[in-house]
Amino acid sequence: MATIEDTMTMAAGNKLNDPALLRRRYAAERRFQMYGIAALGIAVFFLVVLFGSIIAKGWTAFLQTSIRLDVVLDPAEFRNADGEITDQSIRLADYTKMARKALQSALGLDNPSRPETRDMRALLSRGVDVQVRAAVEADRSLIGLTVPMWLLANGNVDALLKGAIDRDIPEDRRQLNDRQLGWIDKLAAEGRVEKHFNTGLFTFGASSQPETAGLGVALIGSFFMMLIVAVVAVPIGVAAAAYLEEFAPRNVFTDIIEVNINNLAAVPSIVFGLLGLAVFINFMGLPRSASLVGGLVLSLMTLPTVIIATRAAIRAVPPSIREAAYGVGASKMQTLFHHVLPLAMPGILTGTIIGLVQALGETAPLLMIGLVAFVVDYPTTPMDPATALPVQIYMWASSAERGFVERTMGATIVLLMFLFVMNAAAVYLRRKYERKW
Amino acid sequence: MSTSMILIALLGAALIAYVAGVIRCRATVDGDASRLHSSVGYYGAYLAIWTVLPAFLLTIIWSAAEGPVIHSVVRASLPAGAPGVGNEALMSLTLGRIGSIAEVLPSLSPGEFDVIEEARFGLVPMSEAFQLLQQKGIALGSEPESFVISAAIDEAAYRQTSRWALTGLVAFAVLAGFAYGFVRIHPRLRARNTIERVIMGALIAASTVAVLTTVGIVFSVIFETLHFFQTVPAFDFFFGTVWDPRFTAAGSDGSAGGQFGLIPLLWGTLFISLVALLVAVPIGLYSAIYMAEYASPRVRGIAKPLLEILAGIPTIVYGLFALITFGPFLRDAGAIVGLDIAASSVLTAGIVMGIMIIPFVSSLSDDIISSVPQSLREGSYGLGATKSETIRNIVLPAALPGIVGAILLAASRAIGETMIVVLAAGIAANITLNPFEPVTTITVKIVSQLTGDLEFNSPQTLVAFALGLTLFVITLGLNVYALYIVRKYREQYE
Repeated sequence: MATIEDTMTMAAGNKLNDPALLRRRYAAERRFQMYGIAALGIAVFFLVVLFGSIIAKGWTAFLQTSIRLDVVLDPAEFRNADGEITDQSIRLADYTKMARKALQSALGLDNPSRPETRDMRALLSRGVDVQVRAAVEADRSLIGLTVPMWLLANGNVDALLKGAIDRDIPEDRRQLNDRQLGWIDKLAAEGRVEKHFNTGLFTFGASSQPETAGLGVALIGSFFMMLIVAVVAVPIGVAAAAYLEEFAPRNVFTDIIEVNINNLAAVPSIVFGLLGLAVFINFMGLPRSASLVGGLVLSLMTLPTVIIATRAAIRAVPPSIREAAYGVGASKMQTLFHHVLPLAMPGILTGTIIGLVQALGETAPLLMIGLVAFVVDYPTTPMDPATALPVQIYMWASSAERGFVERTMGATIVLLMFLFVMNAAAVYLRRKYERKW
Repeated sequence: MSTSMILIALLGAALIAYVAGVIRCRATVDGDASRLHSSVGYYGAYLAIWTVLPAFLLTIIWSAAEGPVIHSVVRASLPAGAPGVGNEALMSLTLGRIGSIAEVLPSLSPGEFDVIEEARFGLVPMSEAFQLLQQKGIALGSEPESFVISAAIDEAAYRQTSRWALTGLVAFAVLAGFAYGFVRIHPRLRARNTIERVIMGALIAASTVAVLTTVGIVFSVIFETLHFFQTVPAFDFFFGTVWDPRFTAAGSDGSAGGQFGLIPLLWGTLFISLVALLVAVPIGLYSAIYMAEYASPRVRGIAKPLLEILAGIPTIVYGLFALITFGPFLRDAGAIVGLDIAASSVLTAGIVMGIMIIPFVSSLSDDIISSVPQSLREGSYGLGATKSETIRNIVLPAALPGIVGAILLAASRAIGETMIVVLAAGIAANITLNPFEPVTTITVKIVSQLTGDLEFNSPQTLVAFALGLTLFVITLGLNVYALYIVRKYREQYE
């Protein structure tokens, strides 16, 4: 029989009471906890660096440098061969020449030499003719006047003013020479150079010049695709989920469908691109580069997300609701459409938005079906060639010119803003309509 | 009538039929709706469905079949000497030319049509017809041959006939359906039951779309892969160690050889995924342990959504981060310590991909660790173990199968990931053990083989489908196995 003394001797001899060991064990405990905090810290640190670097490199894309020039709209420039001013002659007038003349007089160059002319022209964007023409076509009474206009500066001027071009590196390695720097400083001192909010980033189409390249086509393309996903994936997804939750008998067929949906959610997105190429383009003969095909591929990709979210929402509606409906004589179909679906609607909407977010950010399958196109004109129907927001980012990222880096990051910020707003809407819906039964 | 016009007309017909159905059913009971089996709206819908549904199905099937049928007829009528007879690639070009001319023919004025007609028989020079067509916005490239014009005129005629026939049939189906439904409306008709059966059919059809998608993926990928294996033996593809596809431009016959060895791509894919897992597993697992076992609800409420943001960021953004920020940073950091790190390297792509899959590891592991029964922990505490000893010796071993499943799911994500590696891994197919060198992956090559002006039937393009099949099989295998493990684990503690 063990006495109390025996037990105490045993405890004293027990390694568990050794203070040094206990210290080590507590140290190990603290270390282990630190590892966890460190891991979490690293993950959050990455998140901060990711957003930080994108915002730091991209926010300047929302400003674009313009030069204020007094453009002389000489009526002689607008006359056609018969000396009349018609719609056509206005369209064909040489606006680049007018812009260049205005710049020349702003710089006070009366008779520029050939290199001076070349350097001077390089200060203006190649897109200025479009700007001047738009102003004249909007208001013909301007013809004959001298009109002050803010015209886009060349991408290099923009980069200089944003500090992306270093003034101190040797002239022969700099994109702008000393003479051009002098001119820019002169114009800036006169208050003719300003950075304005960059509306062009949202309206222009594809361009080889960074200052006239924009997301216009991509935004419309993405909008069409989201519309198609909402029209195709959501009704089909909700219908499928309703069938599987409310009606489907347990048999091999429904088991296959269920396993299928779970696996489809994990198929790499690029494989959906291959499907789109083989089925929609080669087999059905739909046009390449069209947002219709993009929308269909994204719909198939989003379908499992919508189905899974809708099933969860339908399952959360308590059986008592259904039984009450049956009790007053509703059929199963009436119960579904009059009671279950309306009650599940917040959950369905949240799932739908999450699916749309996923579709909006997806790039890889769209590369397969030709949405990597140089599209200048706005698409008017989903059958027209278009691009999508993330694809436009990819294309700019692959462009060598430095001006595009800023544009790329700016476009990424735009994409992230859209995703943020959509996610916030999903969270809001969930919070507002969440119901505990 | 065009398909969209017919569909709009059908919509109108449905509305009219609905109203007619409502009026008719009221008339059969002299306005006393309580004598009807179903409420009046169901009778309206009943008549609308009978009126529109058969015509709608007819329109869809007809419109889908029309193009291929007309094409095959036109194709059979081409003279033996026409370019493209016996050559698939040229044939699709010729058919495309014929199609685009046929498209514009109905919109020409009679005078303009005569020019085309006369050019076909050589009465006016072909250049005149060519110019006319170009004015109409058709880019033909070169003057059309006279057989192209004849075929186009035929095609336009077939299309017109087909449209008339469809319009007639649809009109018949609408009227017949309306008449049938109208006659059947009767107070004892169970309209609601019919409508519900139709809706049920629609629901079942919707739930098969997911299955059809999988079938579509499997068939399209397998079909094109078999096509590919006709020119390149399967053995050379699966076991070849050299990737050198030799691009051929559109228009050439595409028979120029190339080597399509999968091994270098597979190696690159697995190497990058391994680096990604080496980053994601420790960070994700420790985060999960901390959140499940230590963190206060408040910390957890902040940390969990933050980690999930990582999963919601589009992969193109990670790719950009790797390309513009992280790659150059690693290169410069390597230069400082004397390491030669390429800006696009296994390390760059792997680490960034690792960040991306952290939430896939942490979120599922968190769930799994939380579902280990509390009694196991209490037993361990009772024996005097500290919290970390309990986690290491009791909780983790108990949760191990589930955690392995989570890691496998993350691995499958990493293997199928495209945009990060397209932007940051490089394009050279290397077999290397050096993580500072660029490698390429299966997904990168699928993208690069398919984005370019390539002839569709060349092995250079078809290889993308063989790569896609490989990718599909690998990720599917991993997913099925991982889901199986996770499910089995869940059952163990339920």
